[in-house]
Amino acid sequence: MLRLNGVGRRFANNVTALENITTRIEPGAFVVLLGPSGCGKSTLLRILAGLDAPDTGSLTWDDHAPPGPGDIGFVFQDATLLPWASAEANVFLPLRLAGQSFETARPVVRDSLARLGLAGFEQARPAALSGGMRMRVSIARALVSRPKLLLMDEPFAALDEFTRHRLQDDLYALWREARTTIVFVTHSIYEAAYLASRIIVMSPRPGRIAAELTCGLPDTNNRRTDPAYAALTTQVTETLRAVMPA
Amino acid sequence: MTRLERAAPIAFGVLGLLLWQAAVGLMHVPVYVLPGPIAIVAAFWADHASLLVSLLSTLAVTAVALLAAASLGMVLALAMAASRLARAAIQPWAVVLQVTPVVAIAPLIIIWVNQQFAALVVCATIVAFFPVLSNTAAGLAATPPELADLFRLNGATRRQTLFLLRLPAALPYFLAGLRIAGTLALVGAVVAEFVASSGGFASGLAGRILESGYRLEIARMFAALTLLAITGILIYAALGAFERLILRRFGAGPPGDAA
Ligand SMILES: Nc1ncnc2c1ncn2[C@@H]1O[C@H](COP(=O)(O)OP(=O)(O)OP(=O)(O)O)[C@@H](O)[C@H]1O
Ligand SMILES: [Mg+2]
Repeated sequence: MLRLNGVGRRFANNVTALENITTRIEPGAFVVLLGPSGCGKSTLLRILAGLDAPDTGSLTWDDHAPPGPGDIGFVFQDATLLPWASAEANVFLPLRLAGQSFETARPVVRDSLARLGLAGFEQARPAALSGGMRMRVSIARALVSRPKLLLMDEPFAALDEFTRHRLQDDLYALWREARTTIVFVTHSIYEAAYLASRIIVMSPRPGRIAAELTCGLPDTNNRRTDPAYAALTTQVTETLRAVMPA
Repeated sequence: MTRLERAAPIAFGVLGLLLWQAAVGLMHVPVYVLPGPIAIVAAFWADHASLLVSLLSTLAVTAVALLAAASLGMVLALAMAASRLARAAIQPWAVVLQVTPVVAIAPLIIIWVNQQFAALVVCATIVAFFPVLSNTAAGLAATPPELADLFRLNGATRRQTLFLLRLPAALPYFLAGLRIAGTLALVGAVVAEFVASSGGFASGLAGRILESGYRLEIARMFAALTLLAITGILIYAALGAFERLILRRFGAGPPGDAA
């Protein structure tokens, strides 16, 4: 999908957020960025999205074409929905910005909502939805334009454990079905182990790649209780311990 | 708010009126110094036609000034949001107009604008537009950055970002500014009327107040003042209701109709 060649980012206040990030995001991968607060994970996602530019190094897209509008879906930590618009109107937004009429887009919008389990909530305003459902709307909105790359910045961090597990399950199922390339930022070892096909562990500031783990648990229905999952979380924990300063 | 809390201000007001009436009666205060509430109501009733016609005149100035202030505030806020240069050019002058007492510039305006009604509207607008401008500008600047990023990622044009994101996000701010502007427009209208009445213009409530003062009809003066206060409260409440109505309805329609 794309290659990062020695990407670095230093802000005007002399904070070096990222230093010499070199890696590759394979098409269809579920890459999880795991690292402590302030290590530059959000900065890296913004650079991948083209919302920020690296000061050193570069990004190379496989087809040599930088992504255009709608090629990248972004899910923020908060659902960031338009509070005055219905669930349906929020999901329609990316298509609307691309110039589609609601009549044309309606089936796609409905389908995207239904995939996230929101059939029947099309007309609901964000204030009437729970935190988990708002996040579902946000994911439906990010997927509606069929992006090549889906970027998610700690999307489930603000949710309770039960809701988080449900959303992890559903996101994993969506990824397994559609194989959209995903880069997912989290603080949680368990979330990383459960979702990732590859984990990139980042060091504290300035953010560098401290370790990379190729994982990929077996595609069983009860992966959370699978011994392989427990083994993987142990492995990630040990990697973190080796990497983080005491 | 409990029912008791809702009733409290009314009960307090009624109690105050009773005490006032009792004190005026018991201490034999002359009516040309301080009339009691009953005398004020009687004075209103004796002259209600003239007082209400004057109120209408003041209200007409207030309403036109409020509309002008809303449009002017909105347009200037948009200009300031659209360009940094416009912001730099407009902001200090808006503040200058805001800090200059309208009583001080009203005589000039009344000389320059030699149509009385228009002159009053100009004065009241100067008083009222600032909260609309500053609130709307704050609302336009307070667009959540993540939503702005989302619009960018999806290739939104400036126009789309303005109509689908920034303006709707600024609407609650605009409406709050409008509510303040409503009462300020009334204040501005009355102040301008006071200044204009020295030039012979006396069709508004300020004219009645001055006139009552010359004739020592203090009860009538109080009646006009009370009318003014009630009007101010009603304007505030009406704009508050308008604000809630718009905010409740806004966006509830089908997704196609946001812009
Ligand atoms: N626009 C900016 N200007 C200056 N410094 C910034 C800017 N954005 C981020 N930083 C700094 O860069 C560092 C990395 O920030 P970033 O938000 O990428 O970290 P993060 O890994 O996402 O942290 P968290 O887990 O808390 O979200 C931080 O020290 C932050 O203060
Ligand atoms: Mg972050």
